[in-house]
Amino acid sequence: MDRLSSGTYETVETEVLVLGAGGAGLRAAVAAAEAGASVLVVCKSLLGKAHTVMAEGGVAAAMHNVAYQDSWEVHFADTMKGGKLINDWQMAEIHAKESPDRVLELERWGAVFDRTWQGRIHQRPFGAHTYPRLAHVGDRTGLELIRTLQDRAVHQSGVEVHMEVTVFKLLKAEGRVAGALAYRRSDGSLILYRCGALVLASGGAGKMYRVTSNSWESTGDGTALAYDAGAQLRDMEMVQFHPTGMVWPAGVRGILVTEGVRGEGGVLRNKEGERFMERYDRDRMELSSRDVVARAINTEVLAGRGTPHGGAFLDITHRKPDFIKSKLPSMYEQFLKLANVDITKQPMEVAPTIHYAMGGVRVDAETGASTVPGLYAAGEVASGLHGANRLGGNSLSDLLVFGKRAGEAAAAAAKGTHLAETALDADQVEPAIADLMAPLARPAGENPYTLQAELQDVMTVHAPIVRDEPGLRAGLEKILELQVRIARCGTGGSDTLAFNPGWHTAHDLRSMLVNAEALLRAALERKESRGAHARSDFPKTDDQLTAVNYVVEKTANGMQVKAEPRPPMPDYLAEAVQRSYARYTPEEIE
Amino acid sequence: MEISNLDLKIWRGDSRGGELVSYRVPVREGMVVLDAVLWVQANMAADLAVRWNCKAAKCGSCSAEIDGFPRLMCKTPIAEYGGKLSVGPMKAFAVIKDLVTDVSWNYEVNKEIPPFTPSEKDLTSSEPWRMQQKDVERVMEFRKCIECFLCQDVCHVLRAHDLKGAFQGPRFMVRIASLEMHPKDVLDRRPLLKGKAGIGYCNVTKCCTEVCPEHIHITDNAIIPLKERMDDSYFDPVRSLLRRLGMGPAKPSV
Repeated sequence: MDRLSSGTYETVETEVLVLGAGGAGLRAAVAAAEAGASVLVVCKSLLGKAHTVMAEGGVAAAMHNVAYQDSWEVHFADTMKGGKLINDWQMAEIHAKESPDRVLELERWGAVFDRTWQGRIHQRPFGAHTYPRLAHVGDRTGLELIRTLQDRAVHQSGVEVHMEVTVFKLLKAEGRVAGALAYRRSDGSLILYRCGALVLASGGAGKMYRVTSNSWESTGDGTALAYDAGAQLRDMEMVQFHPTGMVWPAGVRGILVTEGVRGEGGVLRNKEGERFMERYDRDRMELSSRDVVARAINTEVLAGRGTPHGGAFLDITHRKPDFIKSKLPSMYEQFLKLANVDITKQPMEVAPTIHYAMGGVRVDAETGASTVPGLYAAGEVASGLHGANRLGGNSLSDLLVFGKRAGEAAAAAAKGTHLAETALDADQVEPAIADLMAPLARPAGENPYTLQAELQDVMTVHAPIVRDEPGLRAGLEKILELQVRIARCGTGGSDTLAFNPGWHTAHDLRSMLVNAEALLRAALERKESRGAHARSDFPKTDDQLTAVNYVVEKTANGMQVKAEPRPPMPDYLAEAVQRSYARYTPEEIE
Repeated sequence: MEISNLDLKIWRGDSRGGELVSYRVPVREGMVVLDAVLWVQANMAADLAVRWNCKAAKCGSCSAEIDGFPRLMCKTPIAEYGGKLSVGPMKAFAVIKDLVTDVSWNYEVNKEIPPFTPSEKDLTSSEPWRMQQKDVERVMEFRKCIECFLCQDVCHVLRAHDLKGAFQGPRFMVRIASLEMHPKDVLDRRPLLKGKAGIGYCNVTKCCTEVCPEHIHITDNAIIPLKERMDDSYFDPVRSLLRRLGMGPAKPSV
């Protein structure tokens, strides 16, 4: 254990430090570098593997290439209605207005989207979008986006990337975020980053649930780091169950089945062959918003009308095999290979899977600034745009629009700081390193994988699709117990610093537990049902609470949740939401 | 045939050496190799180093050699192997620990390839670009690449001869093809192909195509057309004669 003598770290300086190399992080990095800042991107995995790569369906932008009636107002209205009106309306306005430019810009950086017959970027229909709006590349849009941004970033001077590095503490100087502590996953060596401004782009926390479309990385690090640094979190009760995850075989349970299947005409049926969405949303059917479809499948299963493995059938066999293979190639491959199901001939079995955190760091709409100076956030780790429920396709556009804005704002903020002259506040570094290293000193302590499994069970049981007060309270008790137990957490047996996932998991658990506690506390406070937050003890939406967001912050008395009123929308936006828009009827099928 | 236990051998070690270690893994229906490896990590060897992310063959992180054959662990059902199989790290790259290898060379190579470069006119035009589906489909195949580097692993130029300084490998032939065949790209990467990229080292054995989890026709659709382009420019005897007579297009300069 001699290698663990604390205080031995390398110091690296940069003007803008970006945490996360998914769409938001890379877009922020490109923007900050274009603004003239030196940029360092830190990511937990290899470059290009971030969760953005899993995005399938497309990127939402009102380019009206397919439906001429589309406009930013309709996109804005859809986003607000989908979010059950608790969205930050200023973010929703910016997002709807700027998405088309962000998509066209990607194309000029080399992205290749599917085309309409006139040669424009094709747009597919998607849940709760009034018009076909999702620019896409088959069902691998996320890969196209991340690869384009990755190439743009690495070929840009001023951008450096540190791969397989995990940040475990944000550091402050005179009240500003001015750095971070991190370890290299390969050998456990430590790095102290000094920066003028820091952009969190670290994604969500889906890994705190057992059945999730998220990878091992989605442990809510960004929200936990921000919370620890004193930043406010918002809408933490809002986590999205994607309606369609794979259910069988057990090993693939939770893997995403793109909404694109329904966008391309796929229908949902229960075991009796009934197209049950008729009973939940007659107008929009399968293309209703995700919260509605997820609850519908859940209800069908609970009523005994589920499929053999406890889900619903998703059927696209009425489409021609060639059409399916060209529009949904990776779904075809995924089911054939992993479930031995040919989706051109057989229906898929699907059930809800934890997919996305609408809540996260509270940010300023225009700049992505958190409530702590020097700290910015963009993408899934931030909150506000999606309110109580995110529409499919709005995540990729979110990354682009707000990644750019956060990168620019961080670059501007960093310009005004003088790294060399400001000393970091005392007593931040040593205790954080000691905490990180502690599990290595007690390798035989509680097993981190066991604790993680327990955490996942707690969240699965106590914060499910439909929640109630006794369940949430019991869940909170258990999370608080787990928080005590992680003080005894070991590594699962080995004290090596060299690529030791047991040790890494011990640290990730801390982040997940902060997210879990915030979710449960905020969910207890919101005594109504709205979007992704459904309460069996408060089944109705409370109009009074439309103007309220729940804000979580760290206080001397631990985690506190407070209700915070939101200013009303200006008239022109309120009117855009209330207006009724002509229904889209396709004139041609491509 | 139902098997209740899998005899899973995983290579454990680091740059100093290592060995196959046996683990008994309870089998679940539909299990893939990555499930089995992660089960070992959670239950028997917490410090087992392995890369993975999406678990759905979309990110290309969990590349390994399964019974010696380069594959993605998340996409390989154990049912294909009966009751036992072995997993080792990719052999073309230096081992960091267990199944994790140092693939950083690939990221360095990518930096050497000039990025997408549209014409000044296209770049400054205020109109959105028009391209036809059939014109972009060709590069879409190449853009499916998930950078698992299995093609690099299997390529004998890199694996057996370790010519990493001379040949950029199949992954980057695909990358260059995706740029060269992009309808809006105007840069000429033939000098790069002939020089640093070293396309001449490829002798079209198609091993890369065979291991590609995205089924990209690396050899037929990327490498051979690029080679043909090179032959036209550098090695065509008729053009060579015309050039000597001071006629015809000049060779692209290296």
